[in-house]
Amino acid sequence: MEVNLTLLVVVAALMGTGVYLLLERSLSRVLIGLVLISNGVNIMFIVASGRAGTSPFVGSSDPADMADPLPQALVLTAIVITLGTVAFLLAMAHRSWQLHGHDDVQDDVEDSAIRKLAIDDANSDSYDLTTSGQHEDDPVEEGA
Amino acid sequence: MHLLAVAVAHFLAAAAAPALVRLIGRRAFLVLAVLPAATTVWALTLYDDVADGGTVTSVVDWVPSIGLELAFAVSTLQWVMLLIVAGIGVLVMTYCAWYFKDGDPGLVIFTTSFTAFVGAMLGLVLADDLLVLFVFWELTTIFSFLLIGFEPTKRASRLAAMEALIVTTLGGLVMFVGMLLLGQEAGTYRITGILADPPSGPAVTVAVLLVLVGAISKSAIFPFHFWLPGAMAAPTPVSAYLHAASMVKAGIYLVALLAPAFAGVPGWHLSLLTLGTVTMLVGGWRALRQRDIKLLLAYGTVSQLGFLTVVFAIGSRTAALAGLAMLLAHALFKAPLFLVVGIVDKQTGTRDLQKLSGVGRAMPAVAAAGVIAGASMAGLPPLLGFVGKESVFAALLELAHGETAGVPGWAGWLVVAGLVAGSALTVGYTVRFLWGAFASKPGVEPTVVRAPHPAFTVSPVLLAALCLGAGFAGAPLTTAFAPYADTLVPGSHEEYLALWHGLGLPLLFSVLAVAVGVGLFLVREPLCRFQARTALPVTAESVYRYGMRAVDRSAVEVTGSFQRGSVANYLAIILLVVLALPGYAAVRALLDGGSDIELVGYDRLAQPIIGLVIVAAAIATVRSRRRLRAVILAGVTGYGCGLLFLVQGAPDIALTQVLVETVTLVVFVLVLRRLPEYFTNRPLTRRRYWRVALAAVFGVAAAVFLMVAAAARTATPVSEAFPEASLDFAYGKNIVNTTLVDMRAWDTMGEIAVLVAAATGVASLIFLDTRMSGIRRVADIPYPKGVEKQPTRPGRRVWLPGPRTLAPERRSIIFEVVTRLVFHVIMVFAVYLLIAGHNLPGGGFAAGMVTGLALMIRYLAGGRYELDEAAPIDAGVLIGTGLFIAALAGLAPMVVGGVAQETADYYLHLPLLGEVHLVSSIFFDIGVYLVVVGLVLDLLRTFGARLDRQILRAEREDDSVARPTGGVH
Repeated sequence: MEVNLTLLVVVAALMGTGVYLLLERSLSRVLIGLVLISNGVNIMFIVASGRAGTSPFVGSSDPADMADPLPQALVLTAIVITLGTVAFLLAMAHRSWQLHGHDDVQDDVEDSAIRKLAIDDANSDSYDLTTSGQHEDDPVEEGA
Repeated sequence: MHLLAVAVAHFLAAAAAPALVRLIGRRAFLVLAVLPAATTVWALTLYDDVADGGTVTSVVDWVPSIGLELAFAVSTLQWVMLLIVAGIGVLVMTYCAWYFKDGDPGLVIFTTSFTAFVGAMLGLVLADDLLVLFVFWELTTIFSFLLIGFEPTKRASRLAAMEALIVTTLGGLVMFVGMLLLGQEAGTYRITGILADPPSGPAVTVAVLLVLVGAISKSAIFPFHFWLPGAMAAPTPVSAYLHAASMVKAGIYLVALLAPAFAGVPGWHLSLLTLGTVTMLVGGWRALRQRDIKLLLAYGTVSQLGFLTVVFAIGSRTAALAGLAMLLAHALFKAPLFLVVGIVDKQTGTRDLQKLSGVGRAMPAVAAAGVIAGASMAGLPPLLGFVGKESVFAALLELAHGETAGVPGWAGWLVVAGLVAGSALTVGYTVRFLWGAFASKPGVEPTVVRAPHPAFTVSPVLLAALCLGAGFAGAPLTTAFAPYADTLVPGSHEEYLALWHGLGLPLLFSVLAVAVGVGLFLVREPLCRFQARTALPVTAESVYRYGMRAVDRSAVEVTGSFQRGSVANYLAIILLVVLALPGYAAVRALLDGGSDIELVGYDRLAQPIIGLVIVAAAIATVRSRRRLRAVILAGVTGYGCGLLFLVQGAPDIALTQVLVETVTLVVFVLVLRRLPEYFTNRPLTRRRYWRVALAAVFGVAAAVFLMVAAAARTATPVSEAFPEASLDFAYGKNIVNTTLVDMRAWDTMGEIAVLVAAATGVASLIFLDTRMSGIRRVADIPYPKGVEKQPTRPGRRVWLPGPRTLAPERRSIIFEVVTRLVFHVIMVFAVYLLIAGHNLPGGGFAAGMVTGLALMIRYLAGGRYELDEAAPIDAGVLIGTGLFIAALAGLAPMVVGGVAQETADYYLHLPLLGEVHLVSSIFFDIGVYLVVVGLVLDLLRTFGARLDRQILRAEREDDSVARPTGGVH
């Protein structure tokens, strides 16, 4: 199948810029990155569906000339879902701004705690404990 | 009776147990014990069926297409196990009724777990399919975990339960691999089938050895023996049952089951005879040193399990006969011994043999039961333990005489020596136990003993009586066990179970063991000191704990080095993986067939022009530091994509894309009112260059991957048949729309469900408590100063009253006039799109978006009260109704005998409009429409109206703060 070079370039640009923004800390920028990536993915579907054609309406043209309708239905679904995702992330950015005064994604505190454990080389419980002796005053082996 | 019913009945009883315990407390054990009792009686009636070597089978076909069946079978070996598991189960459960007190914490879960455990054990014994056996095997592991961890608040109890779980599950998994291998090699998973025609070869050898790993881990054979003494943390009845009748016996059962077919497999004798002998010696040696009488018995069990493993592993007729006798004997003496310990513990409050004194005198019946059972354990006549041991020695002598293929005589003699020594240790710790539990010790104050309830002592006394009685039943037992024993290689003489075989080496061994054992007891104090001096610094348990610690540490290290807490980091890792794996595949494909890829510059001249705009806008988006600018530039890429869709021949998605882009833009602007104008400033670091590099590489990789994938497409698209199907089944000409509402309607259903979730998420993040914040009509609210209130009685209503509620400087007359002009037109257009969408561009999504835009115009022109005027309905109600209608429209065809989501059509003649073609899927589209309208309304209510209020409140607060401090206002 022949591939449309122009659209490939558009995909590369949208994906590249989108990924760059996705790696940012500001949730608004992450969100804009997501919008760019979504647009890029939608174009990918169009590229994968083949060459340009006539609109897929029965009777309007020869089915062989029509653009593939199935990817179009998929993209239509994706567009609307993107709206839902964007709205949800926006609400999150707003909430984050309400609570912290900015919408930057913070580092997770629990994860840092785990990291500290690793750095400290801390012992875990399972090493120090034994099963022998259920109570402190349980009888132990004789002669010990 | 169906064999599966036996296990299932126990599980059902387990499910009913909680209610029963709440109703009648600890007496529930007596009711539940009826079930194993019935099983025991039923098992006894099977005697005639299995006595002549027959097998009782029942099979449920489960998934016949892949040969999956629930097969169960009983022959002699299973029959003996069945009697032990169910019979001991009855007595232990009866004992439990007096062991526990009403209201003991955890009694409910204990009763449930114990009953289910009995069921799982019965299922394990009855299973005639390797996979079914494995399932029950693991079930016993899980229930034993719950039973051992009876007191979850105690650290030792938790650790012991974990230890047992990990060791036996690990073995179980290894065993599972072996079983799969064995099943594949044999071509069947039916155990009777495999045993009747055992496969052979290196794979089978590996399979059998893997299965044996499971068996020895379950049966606490060295080097897995340490979990069993740890499991002592369980209540004593559990220990009695685990040690005597179940769990650890499962491994022995498996060895006994496989011995007739696989005893000749290389490595079988070497591993089992060695490990069994070592286990017997280690267990006995350590038992000699224990002060806790329960722990002493636990090490004794370890020792006995080693003994049983050796006997069954030999794989001769004599050994099989002796093995079954020892299996029964062990169940009959170990259960009462533990039960006796439980009584001593409960009535005196201690299990320390240095503190116990004169207990035997205070509880003669209990002591008698203990002594009889102990004598059987030591192998004294006339008890069953002696009968079994005599035959064991006979079997060992056959082994030593080289009668077993693959085991040289000298090795046989080593095993004989080991087992005689082990028997001596057994005598030694038995005497130590009986002396420790019951004897009056000089210099120790007599222990205070509360007299036990007579019913409490019934079970151990009964079991001890059985030990004694069975000792005289050598002949009937020989007959009963013969069918199993006959499946094995016969020895040079025909062995039989009896108290008296005449003078010979076996009797000499017994006498020797007793003499040395008593000697060991007499020198107990120096012996303990010697043991303490020679104790190895490394034990199997410490190796296990070291391993657990290593697992723990590596988990922390791995987590610590990858889970840094930064989302950007995680994303980068994911992206790198994408680059590494699919990227590698793309590069390979490019190298293999890169020259075959046909590229065209563009299909239509408009494409490069639009493409240029998109690329420029995308790059400008990244460089922008202002939020609003970035959003608008991103919007430009979106509109550009819409144009590209149009050029490509996809008017439907072009329409939807443009509409969605507009809604997105408005929503963004509404939220950006509240957020800072500029993004947080970040210093330019090296990490940013890394990000640029990663993003650039990823963009190129995505394009390359797409190119390779698209060029590699050879198959006919699935959508080839869509045009025809669209007209014939969905009665529509717009193939994209018929795809959405008919051919792939379930996808659409899922999609609108996602929209509902997103709308709910947005509402909950902004409203925080409830979105039912009340819809207030203009007529209900106070007007700003200087605005005359319009009369609201019918006939004098003003259309578009909302703007009057705004402050004069916020009103826009032009916007109001335009709204008055276009609102109705837009709404009519939306209805047109909804109806026409089946044949022309449009459909529920587009129509919903257009309606949403109309509402948006009303909101922008007249503020939040105008929005309520335009749509005086809760967004949630709209969304819910839409989802409901869509679901109903999908399911309705099933009512009239069609399949879900099927479409029907109808031609209607209307006077003015002419013939109208009605299609049933319009209802589905209406549902979609309502959901989309609801979503947009929700967005307007949250990001628009709600944020308006927050801004207003913030302004008021600023005012009230500013005024007292003398601010300029």
